[in-house]
Amino acid sequence: MRIIQSDVLSVGAGLAGERVAIEAAENGFSAICLSIVPARRSHSSAAQGGMQAALGNSAMGEGDSPDVHFADTVKGSDWGCDQEVARLFCNGAPIAMRQMAFWGVPWNRVVPGEQTYYKGGKPFTAFEKPENEGLIHSRNFGGTAKWRTCYTSDGTGHCVLFTLDNRAAQVGVTVVDKVEAVALIHDGETCMGAVVRCLKTGELTAYLAKATLIATGGFGRIYRESTNAVICDGGGLIAALDTGVASLGNMEAVQFHPTGIVPTDILVTEGCRGDGGTLLDKNEYRFMPDYEPDKAELASRDVVSRRMTEHMRKGLGVASPYGDHLWLDIRHLGEHHIRTKLREVDEICQSFLGVDPVTQLIPVRPTQHYSMGGVRTNKDGAAYGLKGLFSAGESACWDMHGFNRLGGNSLAETVVAGMIVGAKIVEFLKGTESVIKTGVVRDAMAAQEARIKGLVAGVNGRENPYAVKNAMHDAIMKGAGIFRNGHDLEVCVADLQEILARSRKVGLRSSGQGANPELTMALKIEGMVKLALCVAYGALKRTESRGAHTREDYPERNDRDWLTRTLATWQPGADLPTLAYEPATHTFELPPGDRGYGGGKIIARDE
Amino acid sequence: MGRTLTFDIFRYNPADPASRPHTDRFELEETERMTLFIALNKIREEIDPTLMFDFCCRAGICGACAMVINGRPGLACHTKTRDMPAAITLMPLPAFKLVGDLSVDTGTWFRGMYDKIESWVHTNKVFDPAAKEERMDNGLAERIYELDRCIECGCCVAACGTALMREDFLGAVALNRLARFILDPRDERTEKDYFDLVGTDEGIFGCMGLLACEDVCPKQIPLQEQLGKLRRKMALAAVKNLLPKFLNKDF
Ligand SMILES: Cc1cc2nc3c(=O)[nH]c(=O)nc-3n(C[C@H](O)[C@H](O)[C@H](O)COP(=O)(O)OP(=O)(O)OC[C@H]3O[C@@H](n4cnc5c(N)ncnc54)[C@H](O)[C@@H]3O)c2cc1C
Ligand code: SF4
Ligand code: SF4
Ligand code: FES
Repeated sequence: MRIIQSDVLSVGAGLAGERVAIEAAENGFSAICLSIVPARRSHSSAAQGGMQAALGNSAMGEGDSPDVHFADTVKGSDWGCDQEVARLFCNGAPIAMRQMAFWGVPWNRVVPGEQTYYKGGKPFTAFEKPENEGLIHSRNFGGTAKWRTCYTSDGTGHCVLFTLDNRAAQVGVTVVDKVEAVALIHDGETCMGAVVRCLKTGELTAYLAKATLIATGGFGRIYRESTNAVICDGGGLIAALDTGVASLGNMEAVQFHPTGIVPTDILVTEGCRGDGGTLLDKNEYRFMPDYEPDKAELASRDVVSRRMTEHMRKGLGVASPYGDHLWLDIRHLGEHHIRTKLREVDEICQSFLGVDPVTQLIPVRPTQHYSMGGVRTNKDGAAYGLKGLFSAGESACWDMHGFNRLGGNSLAETVVAGMIVGAKIVEFLKGTESVIKTGVVRDAMAAQEARIKGLVAGVNGRENPYAVKNAMHDAIMKGAGIFRNGHDLEVCVADLQEILARSRKVGLRSSGQGANPELTMALKIEGMVKLALCVAYGALKRTESRGAHTREDYPERNDRDWLTRTLATWQPGADLPTLAYEPATHTFELPPGDRGYGGGKIIARDE
Repeated sequence: MGRTLTFDIFRYNPADPASRPHTDRFELEETERMTLFIALNKIREEIDPTLMFDFCCRAGICGACAMVINGRPGLACHTKTRDMPAAITLMPLPAFKLVGDLSVDTGTWFRGMYDKIESWVHTNKVFDPAAKEERMDNGLAERIYELDRCIECGCCVAACGTALMREDFLGAVALNRLARFILDPRDERTEKDYFDLVGTDEGIFGCMGLLACEDVCPKQIPLQEQLGKLRRKMALAAVKNLLPKFLNKDF
């Protein structure tokens, strides 16, 4: 049995995982990060927009402060967040951004004097103060009172991740790539590490650690249509759920983006609609004004996504080999505008679709984009239920996002949480001796070995794991998408339970040797269906609309009954998660009120 | 639409003693807006579940899917079948260790590379969380970003004659990375430090300047320009290293 030991084991080498590992290494502890892909390919690299921190250096950010950032974050969360955590986050963000600058991120900087910016497709000028020259600049990112988003041209995630990975190498963090954690090693009380499968050789290794961190990012790939990288399949969450004691928070809170391109669901920016792009149906009819006479295409992200879905449900979507979609039309903006102001969109259309947006329509549909839910932790990043288990980044429900995260807040979360949770882990390490029970380790390894042998031999059956995945996609896309209602969710839960039974009968067609991708799929499909059930079942039970969670049959935000966070655990052998609830927040720095957008009635706490 | 595409794909599973390198042929009906990402996943899900290949972002930003496509290194995710003949040949990138079929181990190569050139900001300063950030000229930040855009796909390494001949050659990507730190005022390394890292045949003097790297770079990074600048700088540094220290002023 191969065993590797360290003080900290981070399952995940994206921004969150590496930031935590760096904190541990800087404090003299050994740290290992695991990753399915080379660290720099982690999904964090795909974020182009930027990260929020109230630096207030730019003209449009003047007067900004952590307090304003805090108010935006709590409103954005639709009061679903933990306000103590949101406060920690907003106060920490400026420090984290400056630290990233210190480590080498080439943030865009303030250029003094009169500058031309764009809003709603129209240019305007603002005066940048000479005394701010060379400080970190910020751009606009919907939903915020001030311009607050730090950025590096169109490659923020890429630059920040490369810089962090450099820093990780410098301070001696070990990064092991092309490996996948398939289970946690624990005795029901303490987490001792993970069973890890090598994606080059198929070999299993036990990675043991005093502190284990889940930093595996989002789980968008339980949906067919997702902007997430193909590796965002919830591996870390599955491992946590499978312990039976760790809980997942607010899994029903899933954010959708209106304009993923079809077929590959790559994101095209909101800017298209901001600049005057319109949405058309199969008859090339502009339908948004019928639903939203005032704002049409410019209504908020969630509203536009909902209307698009509603319209396609009426049979007015464009049929394609990849399912129905709608058209985004930016042709009327003209060649000059498209090739310069919307260059990124132009490039995506040309490179991935072979569509020239100057003369052709762009196929789009609403697409899963961000997972607010994840491994539930306290404000220190410690997971509920298991000592020695932590989580940070998109995989965590640390909970500063509640039911809707603001653009630019998740990338910032990775490094801010990484900094805070990293420090807490260092404290934890200083006060802990390792408890490694060899029997527990041996059993965990043996269980995974047996599972693999069973899949190869087909002891439970020969269900095709890809077919099960497709069935899961059909079920969840239909029942737990943007619009939710009791009936569809019940059907969805029932379908997923059947699919769960099928997932327990998968077997391989191949031999499973080496880096076998069929085995990789077979090993995680049951867990993915469980995550889908956590989403669908949580959504069925939550009879209100809050943030991204929209119930057609319960359109009000119900603070009287639902100012709560859902906690899901999974008992061994069960075919549904066990749900429990806790208050969304223990402190109210900002009492529940109207968000100022999105509309909707509120049932007050004391009604 | 409606073409039948044939894919001739390199196959070899080093973990399977019975496996021998060969090519397998797969046929697929072309669909609208099909990319190699869609095609390869279809082949794996519907025809051969063992086919190994890598995709991650499938959006041209992570560099995972580089392979040799009809003889040329490139990114599979933004290769549209529409722009290809009906016969498509796919091979793994050379110069990297093969994991299986179209999948190679770029992670180990790149990690080795950045350990060698110490790919991080070298400074004696200590971060002060209470202080404002140090200022930087925006134009300079953008120039650093230009070079920072590399996605470590490995195409330039796979296309490089020198890299194929000598394993220890750092490649255009490493030299570009170093150029990024030379530009960066936060990095306090001296000319001599840089020279010690790359002033050799493994580094800048092993490059034959044949342009292949820049030709295949999917991010259009100006590799030649960087190589040229670095070569001149290092040649000069080579001369200066022979001179007494006191003449060795910053230049
Ligand atoms: C297209 C797109 C654009 C975005 N743009 C922005 C933006 O502009 N601003 C913003 O704030 N947010 C943005 N986001 C969201 C943001 O990018 C993510 O929330 C954030 O990067 C997540 O970082 P992370 O460190 O938590 O996880 P990731 O970066 O996803 O890293 C996860 C890591 O875990 C590893 N891993 C996963 N499973 C396993 C396993 N089982 N075993 C071992 N390793 C595993 C992976 O290999 C990877 O290293 C965007 C998201 C998308 C999809
Ligand atoms: S120019 Fe130099 S680095 Fe580029 S391909 Fe030729 S030999 Fe390789
Ligand atoms: S320099 Fe270009 S070709 Fe080379 S690894 Fe970077 S992005 Fe790829
Ligand atoms: S999959 Fe990321 S570049 Fe192709």
